[in-house]
Amino acid sequence: MIDLRGITQIYQGPQGPVEALRGIDLHVTPGEVFGIIGRSGAGKSSLVRVINLLNRPTKGQVVVDGRDLTRLKDAELRAARREIGMVFQHFNLLSSRTVWDNVALPLELAGMDKAEIHARVQPLLELVGLSHLADRYPAQISGGQKQRVGIARALASRPKVLLSDEATSALDPETTRSILDLLRQVNRELGVTVVLITHQMQVIKQIADRVAVIEAGRIVEMGPVIEVFTRPREDITKSLIDEIVPQELPAGVLARVRSLAARLAPQASGQLLRLSYAGEQAYEPILSHLIRELGLDLSILHGQIDEIQEQTFGSLAVYASGPMARIGAAIDYLRAQGVVVRTVEVN
Amino acid sequence: MFENFSEMMLELFATSLWETVIMVGVSGIVGGLVGIPLGVFLRLTDKGGILQNAPLNTVVGGIVNAVRSTPFIILLVAIIPFTRLVTGTSIGTWAAVVPLTLAAAPFIARLVETALREVDSGLVEAAQSMGATTWQIVWKVLLPEALPGIVAGLTISFVSLTGYSAMAGAVGGGGLGDLGIRYGYQRFLPDVMLAVVLILIVFVQAIQSLGDWAVRRMSHR
Repeated sequence: MIDLRGITQIYQGPQGPVEALRGIDLHVTPGEVFGIIGRSGAGKSSLVRVINLLNRPTKGQVVVDGRDLTRLKDAELRAARREIGMVFQHFNLLSSRTVWDNVALPLELAGMDKAEIHARVQPLLELVGLSHLADRYPAQISGGQKQRVGIARALASRPKVLLSDEATSALDPETTRSILDLLRQVNRELGVTVVLITHQMQVIKQIADRVAVIEAGRIVEMGPVIEVFTRPREDITKSLIDEIVPQELPAGVLARVRSLAARLAPQASGQLLRLSYAGEQAYEPILSHLIRELGLDLSILHGQIDEIQEQTFGSLAVYASGPMARIGAAIDYLRAQGVVVRTVEVN
Repeated sequence: MFENFSEMMLELFATSLWETVIMVGVSGIVGGLVGIPLGVFLRLTDKGGILQNAPLNTVVGGIVNAVRSTPFIILLVAIIPFTRLVTGTSIGTWAAVVPLTLAAAPFIARLVETALREVDSGLVEAAQSMGATTWQIVWKVLLPEALPGIVAGLTISFVSLTGYSAMAGAVGGGGLGDLGIRYGYQRFLPDVMLAVVLILIVFVQAIQSLGDWAVRRMSHR
């Protein structure tokens, strides 16, 4: 649906040229929710604006639905933009227009007649649950409601792609969840491909199918969300998912490991293991196998089990004690089962 | 007090008030018709505008500033040949309307430009993402969103024009200000002067209240 090829963007800053995007290649498949995450200044806002050419890249191709937007004439580009809806962090609703008229705006711009506009706006307001507020002005409704208007407006021209520029960053956690649910619903029921950028891993976790991590204008890591959560490779990714899956163990856990190590039987050795797993392995009795078949003692010290895209995903810190060789065998067994194992040394 | 208000004097007041209304009304409206598009042009061609064009903006901005820096009493006489070209005469109320309009247009242009600057650039971006043309952005986004600010600016302009119109006497334009100078000051009729000032206060107050009311009705922020 969307193909970005070799996107480079150079701005003329006050201290000379600034490379905001450095050779980005990205492919978004039809019908998916693709998340782009990064810290502020990483280039994610520039990147999402490249997709509808609000931001014209210095180099590279932007292919949306089979057409290279960078080659289109002005009028063709305007027509192409109607196929790409966009929602914004600060909603960008017209204060001079009612909710109804805001949703009607893109249709007016497309030159649609009144009857047709009427027929389209009503169901959109119903979809986002705002029919009862149609005559209000944006100043009279809440932030979450404003974003619902923003989404209805973005969908008015029946786009194939919806771009979301930090759509939930100005909202509280509860409203964020309901807006994300709405985006997911739009994606599933209308088949709209969604590209969203955010700095919150929670957003990615809740609705994205795949995620790209952007840092300093480059995509440093990309893959299905569950994979990136269980096997983060880059430091930036680890630090971004830290808010959901703590990457460092709390001091209390480490203290407990030390006291367990001090009480080990002579001959026995102990090892702190961090396990992360997803999907099918979550249902296998892996830990009981270690206890029963390998005769290890296991203390579960820290962890969580959660769900991402309807797949169970877990992260555990386990202290295994027993004969040294058995511990080695346990690690091999876990890895064979597809569990990501990290051994952690505690001094 | 007010012993000088013969029937003739009252007629003179009525005529003068009408002349003021004509001068302020016509120059305000025509000045707006020129000034609003000029203000839009200045905003669009300014840095960060959707038709950014530094040379054009500097030239037009420079002309606007030049007219605005010319004292009105000088502008009034300096453009007499142009006034004669437009109205066929260089004296009378209509001859005063031309320089008043010329002074109003750049004044309004700057106020409109400022009002347009208050429109969040995110709204323009949103309209662009919907495939809006420049023309549509101006008509559907910029002007409606800036309308309360533009009306407030027009109100200020009408009030300023009322002040400027007092100088119209220099070209025989008449009006309340001229009446005050000729009868109140030069003929030593302080009650006429007082009446002129009172009428002008009510006149300006009416313009301001009307403008404020319109802004309140239009603003939904």
